[in-house]
Amino acid sequence: MDATSFVTFLSAALFVIGALGVLLRRSALLIFMSVELMLNAANLAFVTFAHRWGQLDGQVTVFFIMTIAAAEVAVGLALIVTIFRTKRSTSVDELAQLRG
Amino acid sequence: MELFVASPILFPLLGILLNVLIGKKLGERGVGWLASTVVVASFAVSLALFAQVAGDSEHAAVHVKVLPWISAGPLQVSWGLLVDPLSSVMMLIVTGIGALIHIYSIGYMHGDPHFQRFFVYLNLFIASMLTLVMADNFLVLFVGWELVGLCSYLLIGFWFTELKNAAAGRKAFVVNRIGDVGFVLGILAIFVTFGSLDFAEVFKAVKAQGGALAAAAGVITLLLFIGATGKSAQIPLFVWLPDAMAGPTPVSALIHAATMVTAGIYMMTRAHALFELAPFTQQIVALVGALTALVAGTSALRQLDIKRVLAYSTVSQLGFMVAAAGLGAYVASMFHLLTHAFFKALLFLAAGSVIHGMGHDRHTDPQDMRNMGGLARRMPVTFAAFVIGGLALAGVPPLSGFFSKDEILLAAFTHQPLTFLLLGATAIVTALYVGRQLILVFLGEPRTASAAHAHESPAVMTAPLIALAVGAVLGGALNLPGGGWLHHWLEPLIAEQAKPLNLPLAAFFTALSVLALAVAGWMYRRPERAAREVARGVGLFLARAWRIDDAYAQVVVKPFYFISTVCAQVVDVGLVDGAVNGVGDVFRRLAQLVRGLQTGLVRNYGLVMLLGAVLVTAYFVVVR
Repeated sequence: MDATSFVTFLSAALFVIGALGVLLRRSALLIFMSVELMLNAANLAFVTFAHRWGQLDGQVTVFFIMTIAAAEVAVGLALIVTIFRTKRSTSVDELAQLRG
Repeated sequence: MELFVASPILFPLLGILLNVLIGKKLGERGVGWLASTVVVASFAVSLALFAQVAGDSEHAAVHVKVLPWISAGPLQVSWGLLVDPLSSVMMLIVTGIGALIHIYSIGYMHGDPHFQRFFVYLNLFIASMLTLVMADNFLVLFVGWELVGLCSYLLIGFWFTELKNAAAGRKAFVVNRIGDVGFVLGILAIFVTFGSLDFAEVFKAVKAQGGALAAAAGVITLLLFIGATGKSAQIPLFVWLPDAMAGPTPVSALIHAATMVTAGIYMMTRAHALFELAPFTQQIVALVGALTALVAGTSALRQLDIKRVLAYSTVSQLGFMVAAAGLGAYVASMFHLLTHAFFKALLFLAAGSVIHGMGHDRHTDPQDMRNMGGLARRMPVTFAAFVIGGLALAGVPPLSGFFSKDEILLAAFTHQPLTFLLLGATAIVTALYVGRQLILVFLGEPRTASAAHAHESPAVMTAPLIALAVGAVLGGALNLPGGGWLHHWLEPLIAEQAKPLNLPLAAFFTALSVLALAVAGWMYRRPERAAREVARGVGLFLARAWRIDDAYAQVVVKPFYFISTVCAQVVDVGLVDGAVNGVGDVFRRLAQLVRGLQTGLVRNYGLVMLLGAVLVTAYFVVVR
């Protein structure tokens, strides 16, 4: 197995771990961290393919993703703080007011 | 010039504006005197306009177009005002008697919590009636016509906290609307026939085309007459007027004497050129008028409420005027309108004074004549006024009513025997109920504590009584038999042969009237009789006004309620509500099917999104 395949598998594994974290965790903070993990799994894949094909496009995209992730952190943390203030907990299962 | 001619209408409107805006600050006296002053000002301007018309050698009309109104193809209508001999007489009646009633109301309505509202309505009434009589075309006349109807509704239901009064106001409004349907159709027919609504153009065309218009004139006049039966309280639409007694007494005086009910007579006199082309309508008008006179006159014989006697009397006298118009004696009709305005306003205001004086004990009805008696000594001015008004109404010479009634009887005598019989019988009945009322109210001994403690009304109320009494005595001089002043005055509009006094006829009816007064005096020497005779049989039949109201209740009101009930309980509940609720139900059931999907749990949504993403990816990987 060459390096490219290996890193791609690693990226996929990280992505699945992140997705499972989002789906299974209750704490808003941990879900948030899982989302970060998924984003960085995608970043890893971008960098790998950029290296493999000798093109810069993938690397540039990573910078974009990192910038957006930084912005997302700011918004996400603010949301979590607000949720915690009103609910006195960060469990997303308690935020089920929109149940039909 | 336009402003000057319009000012009789504008003055009361100004009074309304001021009383609405600063009435609270003016206080009761201020409101009352302000409202009275503006009507007096209207009267002064009316007098000036009257003098202007009288000063002109031809009695040429003052005619101004104040503002343009409707300009739509062939339909050209403007706010035009016309002061000619006919309308100037009406203006003087409306503003003159209106002003006296305003002043009287200051005393009568004293202490009423809605004093200000009352005077605003009164001023509006005067402005509306002036619009009606000063209009130079049928549409503006109709505007005044409707406004007068509105004012009557507002004033009859003035004390609306009692359901009975509110219902009376509503009844007046609805019954008038029925007549108005005919009137509106009549106006449309005039426009279709003549292509114009201006009096001048319509009557010029009538003069030019004459007999060629007979068929159209028949339809138009019948429709106009339906309007007149509503406003001037004729069979079959007179039922609103006796109920209109629910309003304060000055309102009754205003509605019955100076304004409102005279509108129909005025309109028919105004359109007399059309009526003269339709002999068939004339016949109907004369018969309806005479029949109304008799039905209402006999009903007045068995009323116990002091105001209801006068109300039926008004209907009866209006019947006289309508019959005169139907006989082509328009001058006599206008003359009777004028004298009736004096003596009926006088009678109503005197009755109001009696009611005012009877207010000692709140548990006895101050309007029921059974509770009165012996008021002559306690209220001498009111008694004198009532006697003068009553004798004028009964047609005792030389009071005003004698001359005008005699003229109508003479016209009927020479034209239509049937009308003459009906009117002649009514004249006798009139004297009977006048005698009955005078005795029950003023003579004998007081029958209740209220009557025993009755007191004369204040000067602000008796002064208008005296002024009106002078008019009721001298009014006859305005049109002495054989072509009096009114006859010459209206000559430019109504060319009519003046008739000399028919002495045997006049003497006959005078003797009968005096005899009837004496008979009434003898019959009611024991006042208990009045209460006994309305208990059943003919007395009850007359007391309930020939049961015409009851008939309407059975024929019109009951079926209407039945249809309403069906609509409300079957059509509305079943059909309309069913459809609306059914649509709502369908959506609720559909929503029930899918609401389970919305768990509100973020993780579920996330899972669905992930599965979706996987499926889309799988599609691209596998299928392509």
